[in-house]
Amino acid sequence: MIRDRNVQARDLDQTGSASNLSRRRLLQAGAAAGGGLMLSLSLPFVGRHSEALAADEFAPNAFIRIGSDGRIVLTMPYVEMGQGTYTSVPMLIAEELEVDLKQVQLEHAPPNEKLYANPLLGVQATGNSNAMRGAWKPLREAGATARTMLVAAAAERWSVDAKSCRAQNGEVVHAPTGRRLGYGELAAAAATMPVPASVALKAPSEFKLIGTPAKRLDLPAKVNGTAVYGIDVRPPGVKIATLAQSPVFGGRVKSLDDTAATAVKGVRQIVRLDDAVAVVADHMGSAKKGLAALRIEWDDGPHAKLTTADVARELEQVTLASGAVAQNIGDAEKALAGAATKIEATYQVPFLAHATMEPMNCTVHVRQDGCEIWVGTQALARVQASAAKTLGLPLEKVAVHNHLIGGGFGRRLDVDGVVRAVEIAQRVDGPVKVVWTRADDIQHDMYRPNWFDRISAGLDTKGIPVAWSHRFAGSSVVARWAPPFFKNGLDADSTEGAVDLVYALPSMHVEYVRVEPPGIPTAFWRSVGPSHNVFVVESFMDELAAAAKQDPVAYRLALLDKTPRAKAVLALAAEKAGWGQPLRERIGRGVSLQHVFATYLAVVAEVEVSEEGSVRVRRVVCAVDCGTAINPDTVQAQIQSAVIFGITAALHGQVTLKGGRVEQSNFHY
Amino acid sequence: MTFQIAVNGINRSVDVDGDTPLLWVLRDVLGMTGTKFGCGAALCGACTVHIDGVATRSCITPIDSIGDSQVTTIEAIGATSAGARIQRAWLDREVPQCGYCQSGQIMSAAALLANNPHPTDTDIDDAMSGNICRCGTYLRIREAIKKAAQSTGQGG
Repeated sequence: MIRDRNVQARDLDQTGSASNLSRRRLLQAGAAAGGGLMLSLSLPFVGRHSEALAADEFAPNAFIRIGSDGRIVLTMPYVEMGQGTYTSVPMLIAEELEVDLKQVQLEHAPPNEKLYANPLLGVQATGNSNAMRGAWKPLREAGATARTMLVAAAAERWSVDAKSCRAQNGEVVHAPTGRRLGYGELAAAAATMPVPASVALKAPSEFKLIGTPAKRLDLPAKVNGTAVYGIDVRPPGVKIATLAQSPVFGGRVKSLDDTAATAVKGVRQIVRLDDAVAVVADHMGSAKKGLAALRIEWDDGPHAKLTTADVARELEQVTLASGAVAQNIGDAEKALAGAATKIEATYQVPFLAHATMEPMNCTVHVRQDGCEIWVGTQALARVQASAAKTLGLPLEKVAVHNHLIGGGFGRRLDVDGVVRAVEIAQRVDGPVKVVWTRADDIQHDMYRPNWFDRISAGLDTKGIPVAWSHRFAGSSVVARWAPPFFKNGLDADSTEGAVDLVYALPSMHVEYVRVEPPGIPTAFWRSVGPSHNVFVVESFMDELAAAAKQDPVAYRLALLDKTPRAKAVLALAAEKAGWGQPLRERIGRGVSLQHVFATYLAVVAEVEVSEEGSVRVRRVVCAVDCGTAINPDTVQAQIQSAVIFGITAALHGQVTLKGGRVEQSNFHY
Repeated sequence: MTFQIAVNGINRSVDVDGDTPLLWVLRDVLGMTGTKFGCGAALCGACTVHIDGVATRSCITPIDSIGDSQVTTIEAIGATSAGARIQRAWLDREVPQCGYCQSGQIMSAAALLANNPHPTDTDIDDAMSGNICRCGTYLRIREAIKKAAQSTGQGG
């Protein structure tokens, strides 16, 4: 429990007016070098990795390599995109390995699903808010395995019982005699020790790192300009390309006049694809100038007249008929018919862009016998596979180097930008870095789906809910991204936050209708399903409280006896927010409670609405119970981040289409 | 055409069109990738550098407008008192998340502090409101600027 991790974002007072918010944010918008003894998690402890070994190195598994010089290199199976994984994952390993975080160096993992798949996803991807849940046990075991083998090596060297030795601060110590050996001195011998069949993990009371705020390892490079993101790579001879993609999804290039573009100084080549045109140049300045000089006529294709209103209307219509049953408890229809009070509502939420600060980019060098890719991605193995498929190459002919990510939010789980870059690089001699303009990044994003919801509830004479019926329609990201996980018309993401509610509801019926918007790509977006469902469920809970003429917090608390962790965060948030204390006119408080991604979280927002109707968020209080907080400061940072991301989306975010074209194009304010 | 520009105290010669934005000269021609591309239209602040000490969006600053002015980038801002204090405060307060916008944030904050040693909240908002952070590090940015303002050049 980390009840004390409530974040009081009081400083929103000064920045939270709608106009200020709008000014600030998008509105609409190897394995070891030199080898080593490598064992994998998927094939636990069965043999040596195929990489060549350095005789004096110790690499007990795919995550740890210790050189004879004492250098400890940890390979990161999850990518760093701001969420602090590059500190929290090392904390797990270092805790059991008994080293200080200052002693370790980090490497990005290469693509290898067998070694580096997220055990909760089954693929090598960083997303779905589960890296730490997935890493929690295996990476501590990785550290403990290495520690056990180092201790065994020292015990053998000293001819003593391993039980009389202990590991601390990168050394093995023999307490009775005071002898000690550094891990580097033991590395070669440790590599010859038998791999333990099982290892004992520390009890939480023994934790030195886990649960203690740790300085993030990735930050020094992020304040002095030396951090290397995908967009920063510069392989020798690299050319820079930017591109125009069909302004209507599904459109094609009808004709192209590149006369003026090729005359631009520094422009080297124009690449025409079926549905895009790229300008390859010495630098992005020339590429953009060349792009502006292109005369492209587009065949807009079948979606040329599409508007967001059309999409919304279709969703509204389909929710009149039944969908796939996501959850059924009792007989909601009957309970609703017999309820003393019946309440109905509809909701709709818009398409949203990711608008990562680092625009989409990918650098590719296609050679005759293979391909090399530099990119910041959340799904490294998928990058490799998609490039191999595009080029008709076996996987091992595609080398992928991962980099820091300048904002993921789900956008970089998709590889459309990689495929696009490979298609361009196929036609270019030498390496080419394809960088999207911000307009292309916004207008060819893959969007958080829009949804339409119909929801109704019945209350008894005391105002207590006796029936809950919810039907919603929208795109399923999972159905496209991981088809096997879309079953019987349902997937876990689309429905998360709409089912398994924390509230005591004696009857409940939830249906989902998958509807894909014509031509418009949708994708994961910082929580995806819950970003929609929690908004709907919690908005509707307020309607129930209002119908029952009860306080929204008290009304919820009365329904939480069977979910004590939910009740605790709600009570704590309400208390810290001063719920119930008087506010001056035009200021109110709103409350929300959720249990998604294995975390209980309650928020109270204090909001002012001006005479003119502009909304100013004055203060946000958030109480979080995410279980063990490995790096508490990172948890706090992530909650602060999510609150602002949510406010931005709620007050200002939307992507709209007119004439098949996305209307937003940049961080306009 | 060839232009001579002074970047971080070093004279550099580049052969580009005069309307080429400084951002691309820095990143693609000179290989100084600490300055970031975010929007290309002075809407996000990721590309902020100092030109004669003034925070400037390099993505809309043509190379032929620079003349004899001194360009300072994130790679060298730590050599200034204000820049060093800002960088230290950024680390102390653990400001960055993805970090991509932080070069620009730091350049804007360093310019603010160099000209206004004790900025108020309003001063901070005015100086920083053009720098977008999608990770939402705004609260910590403000705390870090205040911390830097209270620190001395030596350590703080």
